[in-house]
Amino acid sequence: MNSENAVEVTNLTKQFNNLVAVNHISFEVKKGELFGFLGPNGAGKTTTIRMLTGVIKPDTGTASIFGYDVVKQGLKTRQLMGIVPEMSNAYVDLSAWNNLMLVGGLYGVNKSQRTERATSLLKKFGLYERRKQIVKGFSKGMKQKLLLCMALISEPQILFLDEPTSGLDVESQRLIKDIIRELNASGTTVFLTTHNMEEANQLCDRIAIINHGKIAEIDSPEKVRHQSCGLQTIEISFDKPVNAEELLRLPSVNGANKMGDKLRLCVNETNEAIDALVDYARQKKLNIIALNTLAPSLEDVFLKLVKES
Amino acid sequence: MEKNIYLDQFRRSLFIVEKNIRIYYSKGPVIIFGLLMPFFLFLSFYIGRDMPIVALIPGLLGMTAFFTATSTGPAIVPWEARAKTLERLISSPVSLRTILLGDVISSFLFGILVTVFPVIVSLLIGVEIVYPLILVFGVVLSTFCFASFSILLSAYPPTDNPSTVMMLSSMIKFPLVFISGIFIPIEELPVWGKTISSISPLTYFTDLAKYSIQGNSYYPIELNIIVLIAFTAAFLFTAIKIHERTIQKRL
Repeated sequence: MNSENAVEVTNLTKQFNNLVAVNHISFEVKKGELFGFLGPNGAGKTTTIRMLTGVIKPDTGTASIFGYDVVKQGLKTRQLMGIVPEMSNAYVDLSAWNNLMLVGGLYGVNKSQRTERATSLLKKFGLYERRKQIVKGFSKGMKQKLLLCMALISEPQILFLDEPTSGLDVESQRLIKDIIRELNASGTTVFLTTHNMEEANQLCDRIAIINHGKIAEIDSPEKVRHQSCGLQTIEISFDKPVNAEELLRLPSVNGANKMGDKLRLCVNETNEAIDALVDYARQKKLNIIALNTLAPSLEDVFLKLVKES
Repeated sequence: MEKNIYLDQFRRSLFIVEKNIRIYYSKGPVIIFGLLMPFFLFLSFYIGRDMPIVALIPGLLGMTAFFTATSTGPAIVPWEARAKTLERLISSPVSLRTILLGDVISSFLFGILVTVFPVIVSLLIGVEIVYPLILVFGVVLSTFCFASFSILLSAYPPTDNPSTVMMLSSMIKFPLVFISGIFIPIEELPVWGKTISSISPLTYFTDLAKYSIQGNSYYPIELNIIVLIAFTAAFLFTAIKIHERTIQKRL
């Protein structure tokens, strides 16, 4: 176990009947990192998070949280975690306050700290006035905020968030994202699953893309965007009209579309394509008026990786 | 260190108890199967029969303790599996044993709280309790035994449908009431009846209650106590083992 890692996963596998939900995945999350776990529905995100949080047992492989094995030392690992699951699992027959008191008690937080933290969290999330109301009457946004309060009452070292902003209004999404950033800035490691590319791009230090139970890519969002082969785009315009078909013969160029007075080229390797375009312009005695490289959106990369895997 | 872990987990189980009291004591199936059914069952047995009240009290106590202590436990695990709150408990730093202990204690407390009423009513109507301490001890031990039995009732099948569990547990609980010396004293049963009644924990509590109130019993009271302790240990051990095997199927 590397002492810099908050999470270490090696060959983790989980099968349900004949379906391999998670297939020999391995990755690490560094302490203090905001790590995004991306994938389409059914990719294995929730199964992975459920194994890491001790809800289900892996078939093979190991996972550790701050050096403790999630299966063999479950009580120790779970003591360090705060969890916001995909589906709301607050007790709907209890009030918001009693839900927090229960969770605080289960994590061994003493009474005065429970009261103090519950008050502060409920005020922060705008739920304090509704603290005595049973959760059954809460909106989805309020339930999600309460789940975050419940996850934070033990002041966890690592926070597992499974689609935390899914289905929420813009204001609630922004509040939750701000709080995730704030927590991460104060040193909390965050493991976030999402299928919202923009959210991952805004929040995460690194992302892993999982599909069909296998990890397709792990890196920082920017690197993932730039390293993605075949999705780089160059926009170029010359002082004279050019036949787009001719440009397709240049090395690294695998697509060319005319867009107004510009040509948009899909390239495998940006540097190689630019060199070839400059040579082409010299040979044809053309002047390059403008040349821009465009990185693909994270969404483009995601869709490509998902398609490939 | 180990002691501290056990004490710490016990403390955490008390939060589960508090949660169960707040949520499950007022649930419809608990009220119906725990209070109303035994009450009407008792009335249907008592009305129209010329029996001294003192002869009825041990049976009434047995039925009350048995039905109330076994009414909460079977509902909790399937209910929480359906509401996904079981997943919350499992992902908390508490063991499955801690969760089950919380369920047993809350079932036990429900049983004790309700069983106190017929005891008070008995005293108010002038029933003399010959051995009050043995009665108190017997009520506590038996109610804990029945509460342990209640989590065994929810152990299999690993369903998330509370009504399925309540129905199945009623199929087990009602026959036990009829073979446990509540309606017909054990000494009046034929040999095969006595043999069958010996497999019911309720038989030993009813006998213990009869001793406390009437001063005589069918079995020696030491045997009643030992058998109730043995049943408690067996129920707890079996329930924990089955829940440990089936819990993943509920999540």
